[in-house]
Amino acid sequence: MSTGILTGIKLGLISCESCGLLSRPADVNEPGYCPRCGEELVFRRHNAIQRTWALIIAAAICYIPANLMPVMITTTLGSPEADTIMGGIVFLYLSGSWPLALIVLIASVVIPLAKLVALAYLLITVQRRSIRGQHERTRLYRLVEIIGRWSMLDVFVDTFVVALIQLQPLMAVVPGMGVLFFAAVVVLTMIAAESFDPRLIWDSSSEKEDEND
Amino acid sequence: MTRLPENIVACPECDLLQRIPALPPGGTARCPRCGHTIATSKPDSLERTLALTVAAAIVLIIANVTPLMGLSAVGRQASTTIIGGAYEMWMQGQEITALLVLFCTAVAPAVHVGCMLAILLAARRSPAPSWAGALLRLAEFHQPWAMVEVMMLGILVALIKIAELATVIPGIGMFAIGALVVLIAAMTVSFEPHEVWARVQWTNGHVPQSANLGRSQR
Repeated sequence: MSTGILTGIKLGLISCESCGLLSRPADVNEPGYCPRCGEELVFRRHNAIQRTWALIIAAAICYIPANLMPVMITTTLGSPEADTIMGGIVFLYLSGSWPLALIVLIASVVIPLAKLVALAYLLITVQRRSIRGQHERTRLYRLVEIIGRWSMLDVFVDTFVVALIQLQPLMAVVPGMGVLFFAAVVVLTMIAAESFDPRLIWDSSSEKEDEND
Repeated sequence: MTRLPENIVACPECDLLQRIPALPPGGTARCPRCGHTIATSKPDSLERTLALTVAAAIVLIIANVTPLMGLSAVGRQASTTIIGGAYEMWMQGQEITALLVLFCTAVAPAVHVGCMLAILLAARRSPAPSWAGALLRLAEFHQPWAMVEVMMLGILVALIKIAELATVIPGIGMFAIGALVVLIAAMTVSFEPHEVWARVQWTNGHVPQSANLGRSQR
C-alpha cells in the first residue's frame, strides 16, 4: 500500500514556479502555461542535472584564469604593477585592515569554491538517488542560492578603484582580464544554482517508496 | 483544466501537497517535509510595502545622480557615481564587465523598485489587472541580480584601498546607498507576493474569488 507522501508529480498536478498556483494540466506531456500568470508549466526544471553540470564545469574552468590573471594594473609614474585577487587580499591584510581582508577572502575565494563543491555534491547525491540527509541538502541549496551574489564584491571593488584612480600621468589603474573571468565565474554559478531543481533531492524518497510497494 | 481549491499547494522545494491553514496575523506556514516557508501572514503587507517602495524609489534616484565619493591627491580632484564606475570600466576596454556592473548596480535595482511600485499601485484595484502579474514575474527575475548591498560593501573596500594612496571624501550618494540597502531589505521582508497573486485577474480571464469578495464587501 502506498504511504502518505503525496507529491504534485504523483497526482499529475503542477505548481507554477512563478505564482505558486497548483493546476492539473490536460496533457501531462505537454503541460502548457499557467492559467493565472502565463508562466510555462514544468513538473521539474528542464534537464536540470545536465545544465547545472555544464555550468559548474564552465565556471570551474574560468576560475583558473580568474585567479592567475591580474584584476588591476596600477601604473605609478610609468612603472606598472599587476595585482591578482589574492594579491589584493594580501595588500589589504598588510595595510592593517585584516577584517576587510577576511571579508574579501571569503567573498572572492571561499564562496565561489564552496559553491562549486556544494553544487557538485548536490548533483552527485541526486544522481545516486540518495535519500540520506535530505534536510541538510535542502538547507545547503538554500545557502548556495543566498550567498552566491556576494562573490560579485571583488568586481565592484575593482570597478570603483578604476573609476576613481585616473590621475594621468601620475597614477592610473586599469582593469585586467582577471576581472572578466572572475565575473564569469560568479554569473555562471548563479545561473547554475537557478538551473538546479531542489525537488529532485526529495524525488528519490518517493521513488524508493514506489519500489517497496 | 480542473480548478483546485486555492489553499491547496505543492511545496516549491520538495513538491509535497499540502493545505495552507488559516494563519493568525504574523503567522508562518512551513512545509512539514522540508521546512520551506510556504506562506506568511503579514498584516497590511501591500500598504506597508508601498510606503517603503515609494521611499526606496526616491532614494534610488538620489543614489544614482549624486557622487559616491570624491578623491583629492597631489592637488587633483576626482569623483565618481554608480554609472560612472561602469562607464570607466567600458572606457578601459572591459566592455562585458562594464555591462554586467551596470546591470547589477543600476538597471536591475531600478527595474525591481519600479516594477514593485507599479504592482503595488495596481494591486489597490480589485481585481488587479493581469499586467501586474507580468510585472511581478519581471521583478522576481531581476531581484537576485540587484546587488545594492554587495555594491555598498564593494565601495567601502574600494574606499579603504584608495585611502592608502589619496584622501577620500564620502559623497551623498554613499549615504543614499546605505539608506537604499535598508529600504530594499525592509521591502522584501514586508512584501507577501501571494496577496498580489490572489487579487490578480488571470491571463485566461478568470476573476479570482478573493477579488470578488473584496468588491462585494465595499
